[in-house]
Amino acid sequence: MASGQVIKRAKYKTSVKDPGTAGVLKMAWDRFIFTPNHPNSASKLDVEFRFIKGHKNTKEGSNKPPWLNLTNDQGGSYIFEFESYSDLHICRDFVGKSIGRSGETPTAASGKTDASLPDEQISTAELELRIKLLRENSELQKLHKQLVIGGILTEAEFWATRKKLLDRESSRKSKQRVGFKSAMISDIKPATDGRTNKVTFSLSPEIILQIFAEKPAVHAAFLSYVPNKMTEKDFWTKYFKAEYLHSTRNAVAAAAEAAEDEELAIFLRNDDILAKEARQKIRRVDPTVNMEADQGDDYSHLPDHGLFRDGGKDTIESQYELYRRTLAHDLNRHAAVVLEGRTVVVELEDTRTVAEALAKLKRVESANEDSDGNANQGISERISRITEIEDLQASHGPPLAPLCIKDPRDYFDSQQVIAIKVPAGAEGKKCNLSSREAYGSLRDSISLTKQMGLQNPVVKTRDALQVFNALSHDISRTKYDVGKNPQDSVLDKLPSTTKEQLLHHWTSIQELLRHFWSSYPITSSYLYAKVNRLKDAMSQIYPQLEEIKKSVPANHKQHVSVLVRQMHQALDAAFQHYDADLQKRSAKSSERPNGYV
Amino acid sequence: MASAPSKLYADDVSLLVVLLDTNPFFWSASSLPFSKFISHVISFLNSVLLLNQLNQIVVIATGYSCCDYVYDSSSSANRSSGTGKMSALSIDLLEKLEEFVGRDEKLLKKELEGSTASSLLSGSLSMALCYIQRVFRSGPLHPHPRILCLHGSQDGPEQYVAIMNAIFSAQRSMVPIDSCFIGAQNSAFLQQASYITGGVYLKPQLLEGTFQYLSTVFATDLHSRGFLQLPKSVGVDFRASCFCHKKTIDMGYICSVCLSIFCKHHKKCSTCGSVFGQAQSEAASEPSKKRKTGDA
Repeated sequence: MASGQVIKRAKYKTSVKDPGTAGVLKMAWDRFIFTPNHPNSASKLDVEFRFIKGHKNTKEGSNKPPWLNLTNDQGGSYIFEFESYSDLHICRDFVGKSIGRSGETPTAASGKTDASLPDEQISTAELELRIKLLRENSELQKLHKQLVIGGILTEAEFWATRKKLLDRESSRKSKQRVGFKSAMISDIKPATDGRTNKVTFSLSPEIILQIFAEKPAVHAAFLSYVPNKMTEKDFWTKYFKAEYLHSTRNAVAAAAEAAEDEELAIFLRNDDILAKEARQKIRRVDPTVNMEADQGDDYSHLPDHGLFRDGGKDTIESQYELYRRTLAHDLNRHAAVVLEGRTVVVELEDTRTVAEALAKLKRVESANEDSDGNANQGISERISRITEIEDLQASHGPPLAPLCIKDPRDYFDSQQVIAIKVPAGAEGKKCNLSSREAYGSLRDSISLTKQMGLQNPVVKTRDALQVFNALSHDISRTKYDVGKNPQDSVLDKLPSTTKEQLLHHWTSIQELLRHFWSSYPITSSYLYAKVNRLKDAMSQIYPQLEEIKKSVPANHKQHVSVLVRQMHQALDAAFQHYDADLQKRSAKSSERPNGYV
Repeated sequence: MASAPSKLYADDVSLLVVLLDTNPFFWSASSLPFSKFISHVISFLNSVLLLNQLNQIVVIATGYSCCDYVYDSSSSANRSSGTGKMSALSIDLLEKLEEFVGRDEKLLKKELEGSTASSLLSGSLSMALCYIQRVFRSGPLHPHPRILCLHGSQDGPEQYVAIMNAIFSAQRSMVPIDSCFIGAQNSAFLQQASYITGGVYLKPQLLEGTFQYLSTVFATDLHSRGFLQLPKSVGVDFRASCFCHKKTIDMGYICSVCLSIFCKHHKKCSTCGSVFGQAQSEAASEPSKKRKTGDA
C-alpha cells in the first residue's frame, strides 16, 4: 500500500479545554498509535480504526487551532492538535479512508486473505451489486462459493471476468442528480389562522437554498447580517414581511416601510446583484442576435404581461418603480436557476452552511469568469450545448475502427507471389521420384485404362459389402444421434443428480480454464501463484469426473464417458501447457537467473 | 440434353462438379494405382448420369502446376460414341486427361526438391465455382450444383488464403463441397471446406471399395440428402496458415481489425495497414506481445 502509514507531530487532548500532551501520532492502515514525548506520560494511545465511528476537524481560516476529533463507538473522543492545517488534512484524509475500509471489510473479508492481492478499493455500492447478483443467480453463487470461498480465486479475479454483468446492472441506476423543483417559491402561500392578524410562512432548508439561489441579494444579506446583526428568525421574518408587502401589491406601502427600515429595504428593492448579472449576460449574447430588433417584440412594459398575479392587477406610479417587480423577471430568474441545476452538494440541515457553501461556489464561479474571461466563455458555451444528458443516451458500444485494405491489388499480388513460390524445405513426405518418372507413370496408367477399358467388375463384392457395412454401422451408432435433435439432449436421459454434477463441474472447469489461460503469459510472481492454484484445483476435479463416470449405471456409461472425455481433454490441454511452460521457464531461468519469477 | 426444356429441372437434378486430383507425385506413391481409381470414378460418374436424365457432370483435373476442365456432359464437343468396351464418357474423359497431364508436365519448370507435392486445389475450386456461377446466371431454373473433391495429395499451406476464400464463396452461394480424401493423412482444408459449406467429408478406409463409398455417400442429389443419414466427420482440423509465411500454425497473432493471421508479431498488419501497439519493453516476455496485438 502506497500510503501505508502517516506519522505526524501532534498534541493529544482529552477535552477541548485540556492543554494537551505533546507527542507523535502514527497512523497505520488498521489503527493509530499516539506516543507522548514524555515517556512517563499516561496518555499513551493505541486504538483500532474499527472502533472509530466519525471524525470532525476545525476549519482552516477559522480562529481555532488545527484540531482533529475522532469519535469512538462508546461516545468518547480523541482530540489531536496538529502543528499545521496541512498535517491535519493529511491525517483527516487518512482517517476517512481507514474508517471507510474497516466499515466494509467484515462483508468481504472471507475471501480476501491473500496478501499478494493487488490493492483493491471497492465501493460499498459495487459490493452491494455483487451481492445482489449472487443472490439472483444461484449458479453464480455456487461457483462463487466453490472458487472464491474455497480460496482458488480471489474476489477480484472472480468479478474481473464478469465486468460486463456488473456494468449492465449498474447502468440501470440513474446517475442524474435531483435538481431544483420547477415550482416557484413565490407559490409558498402564507397560512393565516383567521382569528388573529398573524401570517405564518413555513420554511425548509430546501426552500431556503432555492431562495438563496434565486435572490443573490437575500443571500448576501443573510451572510452579512446573520448571526451578527440579527437572528436567523428575525431575518426570515423580515424577508417574508417584504414578500407579503409585494404580494399585497401595495407599492406605496412598500416604499413607506422601506424608508423606515433599511434592512427591509434590501428585500423590497430590486436586486442589484441580479441586475449586474443580467448586464453581464447581455454582454455575452451572441453578437449575431439583433437585440434592437427584438425590443420591438417586448411587451414587458405592460406590467405582468396583463396577467393577474397574486390576486390583483394594478398600475403603479413611476416613482415607486424601484419597488416594483415583474412576473417576467421572476420567471426568468427562476428558470435560470432551475436550469443551472443544483450545484451545492451539502446536507440540507443548517441554513448557515448552506449559505456558506453557495457563497463559496459563487466565488469560484466568478473567479473563473474573471481569470479566463471571454476565451473560457465561448468554450463553456459550446460545452453546454454538446453536453449529453446521460440517461437519454444509448449505451455506448465498443469504439469501431473502419477496416480498410490499403490497396487490394498490392495485397492479392503479394499473396499470389507467395502462393506460386513453393516454400523450400517445408515439412511433409519427400518425393523420391523425379517429376519425369512421376508424369510418365501417370500417363501410362491413363493409356492402360484407355486400352484395357474399365476394371470389370469395378469393385469386388466382398469389398463392397465391407464398405457398405462399415458405413451403415457408423451411421447407426449412437454417436451420430447425439446432438442431432436439440430437444432431447443426452443430459436429460441421465439421472438428475449426475446431470447436475456434470453441469456444475463443467461450469467450474470453464471458469477455471478461463482464468488459467488468461494468466498466460506469466509475467509476475502473482500470476505464477495463481496458475499454480488453478492447476491444483483442476487436478482435483479430474478424479471427481472419473468418479462420476464410474458411478453411473451401465446404460448411461457411454454418454457420460463421451461428456467426461471432453472435459478431460480440455483439462489435459491446460496441464500440457502448464508443463511445457514450466519446462521453458526452468530452461530460461538457468540461463538467466535474474529473470522474472 | 442441352435442349431439354428448363422447366423439367426438378429439385433432384444435380450438377456435379468433380475435382479430380491428378498430382503425379501423389499417384506414384499411392497404394491404389491411378488406373484402378479412375475406373472407380468413371463408373461413379456414369451412375450419376443414369440417376437422372438431366443430371450434369463437369470434371476438373487438379494438376500439380495447373488445372483444367477435362469433361463436361452438357458440352456438344463430346464427339466419340461409345464402344462395346468403353462408354463415350470414359473415352472423352481419358483423352482429355492425357492431354492435360502432358500440359501439366510442360508447365513444371524445375524439379521439385524436397518440397511438398500439393496439387493446385485452390485453382480447381475457383474454376468449379466460376462454372457454377455461370449456371446460376443462365436463368432462374438450373440444376442444383455441388462440388466433389476427389483428392489425395496433402495440403499446400501456401494456398490457404485462396482456398479459404473459395470456401467462403461456396458457402455464400450455398454450394456444398463434398470431399472424399484418399491420401494418408486427413486434409485440414477439405475438412474445413465440407464443414463450412455443409458438405460431407469422407476418408475411405478401404480404397478397393472406392466406388462403393462414392455411390453410397456422394451419389444422391441434394434434395434427397435431407432424408438420409450421411456419415459425419468426427472432428475438424481448424488450424490456419499464417499470412506471412504460409505455415500451418496452432497459435499465432491475429490482427484485431481485419483478422489476418500471423505467426510472428508484426508492427503493422500487412493486410489492412493497422499499426499495432508497441510492445511494452524489451524485458517483457515474447508472448506478452500477443496481448498487445489484441489491443491494437
